[in-house]
Amino acid sequence: MLEALGLTIPHRLHEVTTQLRAGTVTAIVGPNGAGKSTMLAALAGLHAPTTGTVTLDGQPLAQLVRQERARRIGYLPQAGEVAWNLSVRTLVGLGRLPHRTSAAENAEAVKQAIAAMQLEPLAERALATLSGGERARALLARVLATEPHWILADEPLAALDLAHQQALIRRLRALAQEGTGVVLVVHDLALAMNHADHVIVLDSGKLIAQGPPQEALSEHFVAQVWNLKARWLGETGHRALAL
Amino acid sequence: MTRPVIVLLAALAITLPLSLLAGQVWIDPFGPPVPNATAILMELRLPRALLALILGSGLGAAGAAMQGYLRNPLADPGLFGIAPAAALGAVLSFYTGYEIQAVTLPLFALTGAAGAMALLALIAGRSGGIALFTLAGMMIASLAGALTSLAISLSPNPFALSEIVTWLMGALADRGWHEVRLAAPLTLLGLLALWRAAPALDALALGEAAARSLGVEPARLLALMILAIGLIVGSGVAVAGMIGFVGLMVPHFVRPFTDQRPSATLLPSALAGALLLLVADCLCRILPLQGGELRLGIALSLAGAPFFLRLLLKLRRELA
Repeated sequence: MLEALGLTIPHRLHEVTTQLRAGTVTAIVGPNGAGKSTMLAALAGLHAPTTGTVTLDGQPLAQLVRQERARRIGYLPQAGEVAWNLSVRTLVGLGRLPHRTSAAENAEAVKQAIAAMQLEPLAERALATLSGGERARALLARVLATEPHWILADEPLAALDLAHQQALIRRLRALAQEGTGVVLVVHDLALAMNHADHVIVLDSGKLIAQGPPQEALSEHFVAQVWNLKARWLGETGHRALAL
Repeated sequence: MTRPVIVLLAALAITLPLSLLAGQVWIDPFGPPVPNATAILMELRLPRALLALILGSGLGAAGAAMQGYLRNPLADPGLFGIAPAAALGAVLSFYTGYEIQAVTLPLFALTGAAGAMALLALIAGRSGGIALFTLAGMMIASLAGALTSLAISLSPNPFALSEIVTWLMGALADRGWHEVRLAAPLTLLGLLALWRAAPALDALALGEAAARSLGVEPARLLALMILAIGLIVGSGVAVAGMIGFVGLMVPHFVRPFTDQRPSATLLPSALAGALLLLVADCLCRILPLQGGELRLGIALSLAGAPFFLRLLLKLRRELA
């Protein structure tokens, strides 16, 4: 369980309280500047709140040893910058840094992460030669290589085409089924509606709604937060937002 | 051991003994005996060659680490302002008088380096922010440069003035075992600190936020970097004056032969730096030049500046 209690960061987040369960996919949504990325970073232990706490399985994140936190929470920032022209395999290997495991174990974890993101044919390619979508998958594979209990990713789907978006979300859902907690910042409300178990709606740093997607993303809240008159069409799991 | 490391070690194993034979007096191991050959080898050339290896390895690794830390292939250990601060200390030692200068020069230089390190940590330390850190380094460099100019302009006599200017150019000529004993342990400590920082430098390739999520603590990394660069550059300036461009150039030579992780470039850069300084110093020694030998610092700047320019042009092409 990843819990935020009264999380406050001046000008960014105000008194946000939520409980995220392992084995589920949570989507954090909200308009630009709502505090989504700040909240994700705070949940990852990267933003110390001025008041409030984040706890992981009952233990405050601030009290966890850095390496231990790094092994348990994998975090993918929004700007997928990589300073050097690494190969995909080398990049993914960086995910093993928090572990003090043998080279063979590391290589195996890297291999599996590469396979999970269907990157085998590209494993030895340099990052500079990849397309935006391939790069996004490689960056996510880096997080998978850590084998974390929690995956916190800031807009991992933004650079992907529809097919790869679906493939990735299926992959993340499968990880959740195996017990990993998945928390995603997303802009696409339909994606959140159809694939998340739990949705958190933020606006101006405040928590507006949270719960199952049908409730948190109800037409009422969409109108309130995005100022849009919109209707959900279609059946559960295949719904689309019509303006 | 990776291939570049093996190649560089082999090159060093060949170059080191050969370099000992070259100089104003050539020593032919198969020719007729040279008078004072043992003294020339043991008292002049061996310490000088070792000093080239020590300083070169330190500067090479420091350059690779700085480029990794700043995530910028144009970074150089000089950006921290530690070398100019050490030079300022060294220049001030010229005021203490010739008799005790053998002691005061390295002492003052190291004090200058330590002062710059402390100032850096004070200004930028708590935040661990890289941009602030670089700017603080540049500020220290220009302050130290200005104070050095002031010290030179107030120089007690023309003789001291020429001493200072010559010394600032950087060289390994006339250095002996005393300098080796001073530089070796300090450089080694610096290299150890860099080795400790290596995994964090790799993580930093993913940006600061991702690096922190992988367990990197920016303030600790910054402290390690200041310590390492301070020890390496400070002791280098203390024994040899200003020697630039090694840290900038060397990582570029070795990076294409590694997987490009900063940690993977550290050891090859150290070895390549040692080789570069050994060969450059040897060339300085044997180049026929009126009025003594070419200063190592000048030679490297002459080679380094065009290299830097070429690098800039290449980067510009890549960005275009």
